[in-house]
Amino acid sequence: MKAFAFLRGVTTLVITLAGLLFITFVIGRVMPIDPVVAVVGDKASQETYARAREEMGLDKPIWVQFGRYIEGVARGDLGQSSSSGQPVVEDIARAFPATLELSVFAIVIGVLVGLPLGVYAAHRRNTWFDHAARFMSLFGYSTPVFWLGLIALLIFYAQLGWTSGPGRIGTAYRYTVQEWSGLLLIDTLRSGDWNAFRSAFSHIILPGLLLGYFSLAYIARMTRNFMIEELNKEYVTMARIKGASETRILWRHAFPNALVPVVTVIALSFGHLLEGAVLTETVFAWPGLGLYITKSLFSADMPAVLGGTLVVGVCFVLLNKATELIYPFLDPRTRAR
Amino acid sequence: MIKRVSLALTAAVFALAAGAADLEAKTPPNVLVVAKNIDDIVSLDPAQAYEFTSGEVVSNIYNKLVEYNPADVEKVMPGLAESWTISDDGKTIIFKLKSGVKFASGNPVRPEDVVFSLRRVIVLKKAPAFILAQFGWNADNIDQMVRKTGNDQVTITIAENFAPSFVLNALAARPASIVDEKEAVKNAKDNDLGNAWLSRNSAGSGPFTLRVWRPGESLVLEANKNFAGGAPKMNQVILNHVAEASTQRLMIESGDVDIARNLGPDQIAALRDKAPIKIETYPQAALHFFSLNLKHEKLRDPALWEAMRYLIDYDGIATTLLRGQMKVHQTFWPTGFPGAVEDRPYKLDVAKAKEILAKANIQPGLTVDMDMISSAPFTDIGQSMQATMAQAGIKLNLLPGTSAQVITKYRARQHEMMLLYWGPDFMDPHSNAKAFAYNVDNADTAPQSTTTWRNSWLVPELSARTRAALVERDPAKRLDMYRELQRDVLKSSPWVMTFQAQAQVALRKEVSGFIHGPTNDLVLYRNVSK
Repeated sequence: MKAFAFLRGVTTLVITLAGLLFITFVIGRVMPIDPVVAVVGDKASQETYARAREEMGLDKPIWVQFGRYIEGVARGDLGQSSSSGQPVVEDIARAFPATLELSVFAIVIGVLVGLPLGVYAAHRRNTWFDHAARFMSLFGYSTPVFWLGLIALLIFYAQLGWTSGPGRIGTAYRYTVQEWSGLLLIDTLRSGDWNAFRSAFSHIILPGLLLGYFSLAYIARMTRNFMIEELNKEYVTMARIKGASETRILWRHAFPNALVPVVTVIALSFGHLLEGAVLTETVFAWPGLGLYITKSLFSADMPAVLGGTLVVGVCFVLLNKATELIYPFLDPRTRAR
Repeated sequence: MIKRVSLALTAAVFALAAGAADLEAKTPPNVLVVAKNIDDIVSLDPAQAYEFTSGEVVSNIYNKLVEYNPADVEKVMPGLAESWTISDDGKTIIFKLKSGVKFASGNPVRPEDVVFSLRRVIVLKKAPAFILAQFGWNADNIDQMVRKTGNDQVTITIAENFAPSFVLNALAARPASIVDEKEAVKNAKDNDLGNAWLSRNSAGSGPFTLRVWRPGESLVLEANKNFAGGAPKMNQVILNHVAEASTQRLMIESGDVDIARNLGPDQIAALRDKAPIKIETYPQAALHFFSLNLKHEKLRDPALWEAMRYLIDYDGIATTLLRGQMKVHQTFWPTGFPGAVEDRPYKLDVAKAKEILAKANIQPGLTVDMDMISSAPFTDIGQSMQATMAQAGIKLNLLPGTSAQVITKYRARQHEMMLLYWGPDFMDPHSNAKAFAYNVDNADTAPQSTTTWRNSWLVPELSARTRAALVERDPAKRLDMYRELQRDVLKSSPWVMTFQAQAQVALRKEVSGFIHGPTNDLVLYRNVSK
């Protein structure tokens, strides 16, 4: 039975990813951009153009192109990026850890601050604390990240000098750190270079806090809503009648019941962070996945776009699976299903 | 308790970050750090490199037989060739190589390297191959056209009797860079003549070698100790990818970079009075223009072209919107180059434009779609044009798109009007004359990358004159021929040349010796000190 469930899961995963790739592939082909021009430039001769088109396989019917691409993917070959000239696997191996590191940093902040904020805002509904929390969430939701990023750089980097500037690590350490995981905070610690670690930390803190703020705004808002719903239920009234403390009511009675949808919200928020925050990455010169996919899309570099899409798709599928696995621990009712 | 722990944690986090920030306040003394958008690089192989940044990098890594003189672009100076002799018919040039010159690998520069380098450009047929293919070279004849004829001698043959200045200028362009054959062959795969390896490694004799390139992140050049001109003062030049102009501004203000290369007018204005920073302006070869596609019946009347020349607020755009990033220029060959004409007879004159339109019976209400790249300065120029054209009854619909999108449409001649720019591929007037004054076959089946073909402007008479200038052997007479061409095209073409670009670069005051010529081939770091 378990083997059947596993097989079904794998089949669903493969169909989902193949569908995702097919849709992305078709969109790429109907875009009004000639990928050959993006590679050979505006002035290339017709002969050069034709040769490049052939080399890129664009002279073949679209279904042949897609078939060849899928065949490559099955072998672990995501093709060659026409805009960077590098194998897509190498490009993604460089860009994804940068995004992952920033996303983890941001989601930790989002959860550590967003959850308590949402819980207490629900508990103190319509008080100044609730209004402040809601304003903070709304501000995070409505402020352009581009603007806020530049303002943060201006204040904390250029004026106060509290943090380092754009990029992932200082120039002096950029090529001295032995790369192991691609996550610089880990790699610098692993290599025992304390100054390099401080440099990496000093670089990630500003974009990390900024993305963390946007993440916590979403998590806090949703947590508040779920908690209000729970706090209005009869079992909470009963707990109060029985004399349970407010802290106990909040954290032992209501919060565990709100946790299932909250975990879904956290997973979604993390998934969006993993897609790459293009504007944040632009402002902070952070060489992540979002920037890579966007730039590739603008130059019709379909191998790169498809490779990036595949990674993001796998991330979402894995996150969904992870949340499904967590549910039974949070809500015993789901174990029976 | 929780509050105190939180405060302590926050303080610790910022203290940790601030300490690290202090460590990085300045760039190392023997390293030049440049903030630049470098995500246009596709390949660093001179036979393939055709983007702005790759051109600049290749120029700092490789030498050519002859090279442009950054101080005087009118002259081509010896590079790897010590001297050259040109046959009476102009079809044969014999180059004598300098002795004792070595590649960064330590291998000597030999005639075989020259033959290999020029041959591979033609055989590989990558984007810049057309520059050398103009000599009548192709994969079948290249072995006869470029030959080793002595231990220090290479003879090249040109298919036609082109003007020697044209040939030398084209040989000073990027694809004619000389590659270390032994290194390239050693690293070649699948008969690619080392193309894949050279795309991300270097094998040149120039002042720098490529240490590492991480696409979309950074590129590091390292001083070549074997450079014939003496090792550069900077041990390393690091090009950091920073796409956002505001971020570049903050970085140079903070001393994290020594040079910021992609600043807009706002950032330049903000930095102009900052004590540790200087702003330098370098005239560029790139020209901005808008064109009308004559495939559309409604755009074929020359009176419309003439009226439009009076419907651009040239000075207003240059001074108010572009603020020093461009200057008004109205002919097809840029100021500062031999043979350039600086006539600028047109200015905003709505009354005159209306008069011309009325005489030609072109009624108000004409609607034209104009494609343009959706970023500054195109959007700024486009909006200004929209406003001034409206005053004469011409409705301009702006169609912004990505660069690749706009070029795709232009290449297919699907536009009505196009707002774009053009940069010469080498510093001979023919580079632009061919683009703006040559088209002998307007058929859809004969696509050309020229502005004339892309706008369907068939010009047999101008083409003949362009061709005559190309083979004229008397340099002075030749330049006069280009001057006449520029004046005629200025008055009669279905496009309006508007501005010449100027690069505004912010440098820390202590940086000196940075050379920023009119094209990316002439952005040189070898003399930089700080």
